Amino acid sequence: MLRVDSLSAWYGEAQVLRDVSLDVAAGEVVTLVGRNGAGKSTLLRCVMGLHAGQRGTVELDGRDIGRLPAHRRARLGLGWVPDDRGSYATLSVAENLTLPPTVGPDPWSLERVYEAFPALYARRDSPATTLSGGEQQMLALARVLRMGARLLLCDEPTEGLSPLLVQQVADLLHEAKRHGVTVLLVEQNLHFATGVADRHYLLAEGRVVEAMDNSEVRSRERELLSYLGI
Amino acid sequence: MTGFLQNTFNGLVSGAFYALLALGLAVIFGMLRVVNFAHGAFYMLGAFGAYVLLTEAGVPFWAALVIVPVGLGLLGMALERAFIHRLTRLDPLYNFLLTFGLTLILQDLVKLRYGVQSSPYATPSALGGSVNLGLFDFPTYRVFILGFAVLVCVAVWWLLSHTRLGMVVRAATERPELTRAFGINVGRWVTPVFGFGIGLAGLAGVLAAPMRAVNPLMGADLIIVVFAVVVIGGLGSIFGSVAAGFGIGLVQAWGEAYLSDFPIVSQTVVFVVMAVVLLWRPAGLFGREEAPA
Repeated sequence: MLRVDSLSAWYGEAQVLRDVSLDVAAGEVVTLVGRNGAGKSTLLRCVMGLHAGQRGTVELDGRDIGRLPAHRRARLGLGWVPDDRGSYATLSVAENLTLPPTVGPDPWSLERVYEAFPALYARRDSPATTLSGGEQQMLALARVLRMGARLLLCDEPTEGLSPLLVQQVADLLHEAKRHGVTVLLVEQNLHFATGVADRHYLLAEGRVVEAMDNSEVRSRERELLSYLGI
Repeated sequence: MTGFLQNTFNGLVSGAFYALLALGLAVIFGMLRVVNFAHGAFYMLGAFGAYVLLTEAGVPFWAALVIVPVGLGLLGMALERAFIHRLTRLDPLYNFLLTFGLTLILQDLVKLRYGVQSSPYATPSALGGSVNLGLFDFPTYRVFILGFAVLVCVAVWWLLSHTRLGMVVRAATERPELTRAFGINVGRWVTPVFGFGIGLAGLAGVLAAPMRAVNPLMGADLIIVVFAVVVIGGLGSIFGSVAAGFGIGLVQAWGEAYLSDFPIVSQTVVFVVMAVVLLWRPAGLFGREEAPA
């Protein structure tokens, strides 16, 4: 579904991605793991079309989207879940949910979102930034599901969440996967990653240094954790 | 007591002009991150538009109230496409140079044709005379301005808070990049929003024509206070600009009435308020601190 080929990216003079290539098949959940500054978030931003200084190929369903502006990519089915959760202070919770147009064949209805997240329903008319951190994370995920996005790009969706909420994010991603949604996520939490994902790419200094499956991550957990510095 | 009410009423009427102008500046700044120093020139063009339409073509006030803002809005959109949009990638200094340069050009073009003396514009006959609002008589035209400006502000607020278009504008104002990532072509809305802000300035100008002296510098005199209003309300805050507009109108009117023995104080009171507000709340009364990018 998503193919990234020899992607390089820069911030000014500094090169943050070097010839990154990876594939994500339809219906797969794939994580990007790596230390802070390894280029994981930049990679997601390049796929979304939010990073200006890049070279290489980004293909969605065989179509080169590398030159499309972000809003066109979103309309092709990319769902953006930013690391800061992307809550709008000047929009109510309901408006945050309905801001993006529906872009996919299987969008969640607002009723379904509210049924799954009673907290969002209760606060639907309040500014989104008055929600708790966990609720804002649910809002960010619910928003792209309501869009009907086919490929979710999630930047550390579990960061700063309690174990209970982490489990809720995992359940949500499982459910999305059951409905054929593809997910590419940046994740530091290896337990979470092996629980929801099919495969993992390890990034270091802007390169993909390893592609691993779940059993490999589990068997090398200690080594990986110390490598990630967690 | 009557004197106080009269001063208050007059303050609200001046405030109505500040509010309409600050509202346009706020909408434009929010969407484009451009401070439009030419806003006063468009206000002046609004008044001259009404004057020219009446004297050259016999177009009455009521028609001018629609034609002039729409026409200036279209002119604004053309200028945005031709010049303003180039500012987004440039140092803010160019923002000042371009819009201030535009002000000088527009002012001098009008001077070239009409000179610097004031041109009279008769109050529309339906709004002549005065109305009794209880305690004393108010000039009908001023009552009309106040009511009309409040109506326009409420309409803009409704548009921004209750329509999908307004939601998109708010989202794009708060976080343009994120909004693009949600499938919204933010760039498409920039030109109409600029035109809309200019149209509001033009509308204020038409309203001012029968009440204020119509001359090429009328905008330059007003705009300095309007910038103080925008800063006090919070740059880019819609509600803040309107509230501060009316508030500053009041402060100014009261200052002139009760501090007339101290002209230095009454002339600078607006800027003293601005300085105090900035010390207390650097982002303005209703502004939010810029989130780190």
